[in-house]
Amino acid sequence: MIHKPLHLTHYSMINALGTGQAASLQALLDSRSGLSQADYPRCTLPTWIGRVAGVEQAALEPSFQQFDCRNNRLARLGLLADGFAQAVAAARERYGAGRIGVFIGTSTSGIAATEEAYFTADPESGEFDVGYDYLHTHNLYSVTDFVRQFLGLTGPALTISTACSSSAKVFATANRYIAAGWCDAAVVGGVDSLCLTTLYGFNSLELVSAQPCRPWGAGRDGINIGEAAAFALLETERGSERDIALLGYGESSDAYHMSTPHPQGEGAQLAMRLALQCAGLRPEQVDYINLHGTATPSNDRSEDHAVNAVFGTALACSSTKGWTGHTLGAAGITEALFCCLSIQHKFAPGTLNTSERDPELVVPVLLENREQCVDIAMSNSFGFGGTNCSLIFGRQC
Amino acid sequence: MRFYVKGVGLVAPGLASWQEGRAVLAGQLPYQAQPLAAFSSTLLPPNERRRTTTLIKLALRVAEDALQGYPGSPVELASVFSSAEGDAEVADKICRTLLMPDRPVSPTQFHNSVHNAAAGYWAIASGSRCCSTSIAAGRESFSLGLMEAVSVALQSQQDVMLLAYDSPLPPPLQGRGYVDAPFAVALIISAQAGTGAWIEIGMTMTGERCTQPVLSMELQALRMTNPAAASLPLLALLAAGNAGTVSLPCGAECSLKLEVRPC
Repeated sequence: MIHKPLHLTHYSMINALGTGQAASLQALLDSRSGLSQADYPRCTLPTWIGRVAGVEQAALEPSFQQFDCRNNRLARLGLLADGFAQAVAAARERYGAGRIGVFIGTSTSGIAATEEAYFTADPESGEFDVGYDYLHTHNLYSVTDFVRQFLGLTGPALTISTACSSSAKVFATANRYIAAGWCDAAVVGGVDSLCLTTLYGFNSLELVSAQPCRPWGAGRDGINIGEAAAFALLETERGSERDIALLGYGESSDAYHMSTPHPQGEGAQLAMRLALQCAGLRPEQVDYINLHGTATPSNDRSEDHAVNAVFGTALACSSTKGWTGHTLGAAGITEALFCCLSIQHKFAPGTLNTSERDPELVVPVLLENREQCVDIAMSNSFGFGGTNCSLIFGRQC
Repeated sequence: MRFYVKGVGLVAPGLASWQEGRAVLAGQLPYQAQPLAAFSSTLLPPNERRRTTTLIKLALRVAEDALQGYPGSPVELASVFSSAEGDAEVADKICRTLLMPDRPVSPTQFHNSVHNAAAGYWAIASGSRCCSTSIAAGRESFSLGLMEAVSVALQSQQDVMLLAYDSPLPPPLQGRGYVDAPFAVALIISAQAGTGAWIEIGMTMTGERCTQPVLSMELQALRMTNPAAASLPLLALLAAGNAGTVSLPCGAECSLKLEVRPC
């Protein structure tokens, strides 16, 4: 049970829609997708991706050279956006560097550095390029270690890597650490970057669409992969009247299959119900759900069952993956922050690229943006291995 | 804060299970590294079993070891999986596959590449729909895993299984990471004393270090080969059935002080 709501006093994002909250907000309001035809090096798959421009030019400072890889560059760009790093510096003065925890979600970290090392290995000796540093790029802790050092924090820090629920679960863990007294505030985040492993990996499971993805769509045929970084500073006291709080969360497992969700979404139902219970809310009090909505036939079908079972069909919901693509380990927090934008700017996003809902699905996802008061929003994230996490955000009265 | 231990699992060269390893860890027998015998999960159905990797088998093995003598049911256990490297063997296979024309990554390899793969197989094996988290925290992966597990136990009032496990990096990546030898430890913990609790541990996060139980040179050397082996000073106390205090680094400037008491 959440012991008291945690306020998101600052947050930042970077994704295919651009750098910062303003870029994402404008693209959401304009119904303008950030997806583009895949032009990632060495990838010849016919698909669309959510690529962040400018990462190639955004080198790390010399003192962070050993961390250099696409994923950590993206992390840095996210930390510099929206004045986030400055906000954390101020918080560090208030709380102490050792009293702010760091909890970052990622699914592939800097694996692209290893992919590249294999491609450029000496054909005779097999030796890798002398600049290849596995520990500070590929290793899963790399992104958290980089973020921690970039922000000058010395408290507890860990990476959560549970596939597509990673940067939703960071909110739950941060809450628990603060409740336990191991830190007084937390930086939570999610970072995932384009790499061949996920492009070809999802493709091998026939889960990648050759077109812009159509969540809940008739004839939908898979995901588009995106990259993103997003961060939030969580504090027990609000910074301003407008601050949004994490009101509750629910985590569960499917215990069903490694790469297919439970057909009736029972694990997802459990996560949503636990989140409502944690927040002390009834289903009808939720104004909007940002669905996991990956646009695979199986996810959307299973999530449709689950949402209908818990909420019925009378609430506003949509998937925003048509804007950013599926940002995998960064999806949880990216979409959580889209919920915050919805609350702050009083609109529920539609479901971009989908013009016709699958008639077999019963939940009437919004196709177009709708202006409406959103006081309380839920965000769903479900991943391989049957990991489920639902988060609830709202203004605490 | 306080938590209770209801089960311990251990898998390492020369310490093939908690029962077999206790005498060595208590200092009654010398430590001798022996290669681990092959393992086949008793809980996972055969069609899933044949897809498991070396690392996943290591995690399942230590989980099943911890369940020996645990009075509860695995279906009710929440879990925390902590691995500093994750499955580098799978990553290596995928990277080599990417070098081939058409880059024919196999679906099984891909879903095995997620860091929570072991947790996914464990959920299928145990039937548990409870909260499960998979983390990585470099050299402090055991300490941070323990903190996560304790925090889940306190909040949910459920028993929680912590697994910390790592397998050596495959030859192309050898020596580049945190792991030189396999090691896995599991603790089943609870926020309440109750059936099956035989150790009480008081836990404090602090800046201080304190004196550790003395480990033999061989066990000290083992401790350096794998982040999960950071648990060895704690395991030594548990094995001897003694009260004592252990401190484990849990960050750049913090330690976990664990005050152990048989109960």
